Amino acid sequence: MDLRYNDEQRAFAQEVREFTRANLDPSVAKKVLEGARLSREDYLAWHRALYKKGWVGVGWPTAFGGTGWNSTQQHIFDEVTADEGAPQLMPFGLRMVAPVIMAFGNKTQQDHYLPKILSGEHWWCQGYSEPGSGSDLASLKTKAERSKDADGAHYIVNGQKTWTTLGQHADWIFCLVRTSTDGRQQEGISFLLIDMKSPGVTVRPIIMLDQEHEVNEVWFDNVRVPAENLIGEENKGWTYAKFLLSHERTGIAGVGRCKRIVKRLHHVAKQATANGQPLIEDVRFRDRLAQAEIELRALEITLLRVLDAEREKRAPGPEASLLKIKGSEIQQTLTELTMMAAGPAALPYVREGEHEAQDVAWLSDEAYRYATGTYFNFRKTTIYGGSNEIQRNIVTQLVLGL
Amino acid sequence: MNFSLNDEQTALKDTLAKFIERDYSFDQRWKITESDVGWSREHWNKLAEIGAMALPVAENDGGLGGSGVDTMVVMEQLGRGLVVEPYIGCVILPVALLTQGASDIERAGLLERIGSGESMVAFAHTDAGSRYEREQLKTRATFANGAYSITGKKIAVLGGDCAELLLVSAKVGQDAAASLFLVQTSASGVTRFPYPMQDAQRGADISFVNAPAVLLGERASAQAAIDYALDAACAALSAEAIGVMSELQKITVEYLKTRKQFGRAIGMNQALQHRAVDMLMHLEMSRSMAMEAAVAMSAPDAKARAKSVSAAKVLIGQACRFVGQQAVQLHGGIGVTHELNVSHYFKRLTMIGASFGDCDWHLARYGESLLAA
Ligand SMILES: Cc1cc2nc3c(=O)[nH]c(=O)nc-3n(C[C@H](O)[C@H](O)[C@H](O)COP(=O)(O)OP(=O)(O)OC[C@H]3O[C@@H](n4cnc5c(N)ncnc54)[C@H](O)[C@@H]3O)c2cc1C
Repeated sequence: MDLRYNDEQRAFAQEVREFTRANLDPSVAKKVLEGARLSREDYLAWHRALYKKGWVGVGWPTAFGGTGWNSTQQHIFDEVTADEGAPQLMPFGLRMVAPVIMAFGNKTQQDHYLPKILSGEHWWCQGYSEPGSGSDLASLKTKAERSKDADGAHYIVNGQKTWTTLGQHADWIFCLVRTSTDGRQQEGISFLLIDMKSPGVTVRPIIMLDQEHEVNEVWFDNVRVPAENLIGEENKGWTYAKFLLSHERTGIAGVGRCKRIVKRLHHVAKQATANGQPLIEDVRFRDRLAQAEIELRALEITLLRVLDAEREKRAPGPEASLLKIKGSEIQQTLTELTMMAAGPAALPYVREGEHEAQDVAWLSDEAYRYATGTYFNFRKTTIYGGSNEIQRNIVTQLVLGL
Repeated sequence: MNFSLNDEQTALKDTLAKFIERDYSFDQRWKITESDVGWSREHWNKLAEIGAMALPVAENDGGLGGSGVDTMVVMEQLGRGLVVEPYIGCVILPVALLTQGASDIERAGLLERIGSGESMVAFAHTDAGSRYEREQLKTRATFANGAYSITGKKIAVLGGDCAELLLVSAKVGQDAAASLFLVQTSASGVTRFPYPMQDAQRGADISFVNAPAVLLGERASAQAAIDYALDAACAALSAEAIGVMSELQKITVEYLKTRKQFGRAIGMNQALQHRAVDMLMHLEMSRSMAMEAAVAMSAPDAKARAKSVSAAKVLIGQACRFVGQQAVQLHGGIGVTHELNVSHYFKRLTMIGASFGDCDWHLARYGESLLAA
């Protein structure tokens, strides 16, 4: 057993760092480090830089143009790029729909979609949740009816998806749709790929509590979808969806992102003062930071254990759900600590670009500009990707057998 | 011992509850917060008509001479409605400061005008970069040619966006203790940067460069008044938190009963039932401590007052965090939207926790009282 990186791994980390420094737009890195919002182009510029280098298919097999990196390399890549302030690679194409297409799509679908996911030509979003079907996803109602006309076999889709993350940027959406109402709910669901430009698709913004536009409602009004956009078999979509969810869970732990926040907290806690001393000298605050770091280290090792088990094709075990629970909790703790460090400077709400535009000296510390908004925003992490209550139910039933 | 409100307090409570119901629905509040100035003079005047502004002003100063408990009654209702008008910023704080820190002559008229709702006076205290520091001020006052002027940077001034007068804490030269000054916001050398707060209340960062100022009370003897005023604000926040939390608790329990997943109300799940019970427990413990703080504001002994107020702020700060976070969590996705009132209650609770000392700051202050004992 050895929990440290070896020479080869350290050299790899150095290579990733150098590449990132040379290719990441510093203004984007600044935004990421401060917790500011990113534009579609901010994400895509980094995506394309990695694509050129052949590094975008992290976790993909080489046969599909992936890096073929092992789990430790993937982790190093995540950690180092996050540390340098690189935007998160959007998971919806690369980590969610791509593995499903690889595992259950046909050759034509693989040849068509996978290269466009790699190149960044297609931005994907996830159409699972509906207003009435969140935790109880299998109850979803968006209907797809198969029919045939002179132009060929197709589905007519009607219904509504919601909470669609960054759907406003998306070219394509992968949807769970109801193709049958016979038998168990789970047995009437299909996995359908839909072009967002199809007539009848409407995207409506949902403004989140930090007053940002991050999620959407997506409405389908008699949307015509070619039958060849069906993944796998009709009414087998639930199996594919579950496969995808397990992929989502390990990625969602956000260890790289947490390490970046911790580093920034160190910086902030040294700058801020409390009772005339640097905040880091305040034993209460320092203990909180220390505690969070300890938990983060435990999470990191656990993540590496899970990834390692997956590589060796052993069943992931209980750790996958535990990773989601603990990872999201640590993310929330860290964003809360950042807000705490700000003290009263956490109170003002300043829209991005506003204080530059106002040409007035901004007195409340700039370092905290996004601290409170980020804390608010991160309440989502224990809700999405299967809420933490649902994760605990999964562990209760499948692991503990209670 | 007596835990009930007297007849007058009950009447005050009912009047304010009616005001919230009739004039401060979530939609009405929305219109107010979305307006350019972000608060409503009309609603401010209504509160003044009810007597809320005159309440904390002493009878000698032309007010109603209300107690800490009276303030508690008001604040709880303002909390229920998430009222954004700067009642703490432009009533509680300046009234406490002027009463404790200014001479009869200096405050003559001014308190009366605050009490009638006519004047808006804010307290510029928090120095940029000094977190919750109460005593080690960076803002400096200098005396030259028979007059004072002030230089410094104050942040997160509640009501600093709309006040016409500012009470400013500053140290003169090498003085060990703070002095209190009155500054016109329209004076030369005063620059305001107004903004909405995270919870839609309004405030401002204010910079002073040789701004003309009038000393209130004795030089270097304002610390006791400042402490009293900040404690009054903390006691008021504590009472407000009760109003916010009790609404949020109600809304959440209702949601547990009505939202269905897996063919039944989500409130049928024991995990969520117990969470709701814990929210209630936090609320009831907080209610007790809000009373403790309210009563303590009338205590003659500053040390006893400080201890009670800090105790309340610690316990209630923790409750604000738990109740706010869990209300959001139990609502699922809809809980993190701007559209639903839940996130607005959550944000107010978060800001209450971060105002005038967070849990850690007040825990430290309470702890120091043990050392001294
Ligand atoms: C910011 C954000 C982004 C999202 N992005 C996407 C996206 O891109 N695509 C997509 O398809 N979806 C997305 N989601 C949706 C997300 O997956 C759902 O919000 C989540 O599944 C919870 O569903 P719900 O919101 O309907 O809450 P509900 O299911 O109504 O849950 C409400 C509360 O009840 C609890 N609960 C429900 N059932 C049980 C039970 N049996 N036992 C114990 N507790 C229970 C929940 O944990 C929660 O606390 C996103 C959500 C958010 C907040």
